[in-house]
Amino acid sequence: MAFEDQRTTVYKVNPEHPESETLPTLRTEELLLNMGPQHPSTHGVLKVILELEGERLVKSTPVMGYLHRGVEKLAEDGTYHQFIPHTDRLDYVCAMYNNFAYCRAVEKLLNLQVPERADYLRTIVAEVQRIIGHQFWLSAQALDIGAMTVFFYCFRDREILLDWFDELCGARLTTSWYRIGGVERDLTPALIDKLKQFLDYFPPKIDEYQVFLEKNRIWLGRTKGVAVISAEDAVSFGLSGPVLRGSGVDYDLRKYEPYSAYPKCEFSVPVGKNGDTYDRYWIRVMELYESVKIIRQCLEQMQEGPIMADAPSVTLPPKERVFTNLEAMIQQFKLFSQGFDAPPGEIYCGTEAHKGELGFHIVSTGGGKPYRLKIRAPSFIHMGAFDHMARGYMISDACTIFGTYDIVMGECDR
Amino acid sequence: MHPLLRRIQHTFSVGVTGVSEWRGDVSVTVTRDKLREVAQFLREDPGMDFDYIVHVSSVDWPDDEERFEVVWEFYSIRKRQRIRLKTRVPEEDCVVDSLTDFWKGADFMEREVYDMMGIRFRNHPDLRRILMPDDYTEGYPLRKDFPLRGKGWRDTFDFLDEVPR
Repeated sequence: MAFEDQRTTVYKVNPEHPESETLPTLRTEELLLNMGPQHPSTHGVLKVILELEGERLVKSTPVMGYLHRGVEKLAEDGTYHQFIPHTDRLDYVCAMYNNFAYCRAVEKLLNLQVPERADYLRTIVAEVQRIIGHQFWLSAQALDIGAMTVFFYCFRDREILLDWFDELCGARLTTSWYRIGGVERDLTPALIDKLKQFLDYFPPKIDEYQVFLEKNRIWLGRTKGVAVISAEDAVSFGLSGPVLRGSGVDYDLRKYEPYSAYPKCEFSVPVGKNGDTYDRYWIRVMELYESVKIIRQCLEQMQEGPIMADAPSVTLPPKERVFTNLEAMIQQFKLFSQGFDAPPGEIYCGTEAHKGELGFHIVSTGGGKPYRLKIRAPSFIHMGAFDHMARGYMISDACTIFGTYDIVMGECDR
Repeated sequence: MHPLLRRIQHTFSVGVTGVSEWRGDVSVTVTRDKLREVAQFLREDPGMDFDYIVHVSSVDWPDDEERFEVVWEFYSIRKRQRIRLKTRVPEEDCVVDSLTDFWKGADFMEREVYDMMGIRFRNHPDLRRILMPDDYTEGYPLRKDFPLRGKGWRDTFDFLDEVPR
């Protein structure tokens, strides 16, 4: 292990004072503390070796990989369609956004245009997923710091949306609803009604979450000025999403490399000032309001139309036809088992997931399987800055820092 | 040609072995010995200003003379532009310069490339395995000659049933 050279310092108390000659020497040494792998606030299985001086963190070394499943290797073995369910298991809290990011990357590789209605549907569901993600984050972060009430309130509202997902695609967490070239099925009028009801119900609840926390002295004391990172460092570390915006860097791919229906919606990107945990919290809460706004606009603007691109050599035939038509069934079978013929080339496509920039770097040499697929997981890259951000803070702030990244180990370890 | 690529080709007459633009992605391939020079240019030149590191990746091409390809992806927060930087590494001398002093985030990303593909980074502050266990001896999982099911280490765990292969 790398920590055998643990430093031991022995010094005398107050050496300039003559009396100290007679005092016994006080031995101080740095303490190594293993936090994890099984710790409730690590949001999965993650170990961090903390070097402590008293209760201050001197150095922390994340030890990752407990959840490594070799997803990138598996991708090379399956066809492009087969990889979609694997993406659910990256960031298992927000499966929809992973599907979305992956499908967009493959569409960029194929140069495939998605029909307009599918674009709107994708944006609506992605923003619903962002709300779920931020609710989950808020409840977990507050719980880590010791505010338990918010957890129940967030999970109550999150449940409504998870049931909505259940009705949409038959699964609450591992959704696999996005398809290359479009989406799996359309929103029914009942689902749209339910979503509209939720949009009326939700904004007052966000105010409620805020009341719980922003008037709470403990919450303020444990988030304000904790884990500060400057804009320059945040950029150099490659942080993204709310963690980067908290430091005052205006970087949101939805705005600056717009995709899907985002360019047609009006929304603002909240940007923080101080780069501390509180600013990152504030940004996420503000994004909840923005997500509600985006969904509203999409529901208004959305027109009837196809939900799958017209490219039969690539996209899957609709399920109704697969069950009734022989050719469609053979087509579906061939697309899954052999895949479509992707052009040789190399692309990178980043998508603004709620944690940060989730990117896929795909190298294709033609044929039905990716030659190499690299996932740019925001959680992994955020962990790279852990040592830098934790240095000098208290041991209890380590939990706060895990929380403020919103890490999910499934995505971090892949 | 993309203005970024023209500028880079103009600045580095030697060292840049290929440029390409495909699907809107701009990409530059450099020789290994010029890597740090080009990276510094990308980082510090005001017209480039690539201050944000997106990711570091690697590709294995077993049939090629220089087997491995290391890929960096950069973004410029102020100029809102992207670029991909690539270099090739032969298998016998699997070392490439680390870019951790230009971009701090390269630390973990390069460790991952080392862990998965076995490419070493010169002057990296802490080059250890990151996702695989420290005592893992089967090699580098993302190389093309590494079997999907691993090389048998897994079967030695007495708490797991043997996998039929």
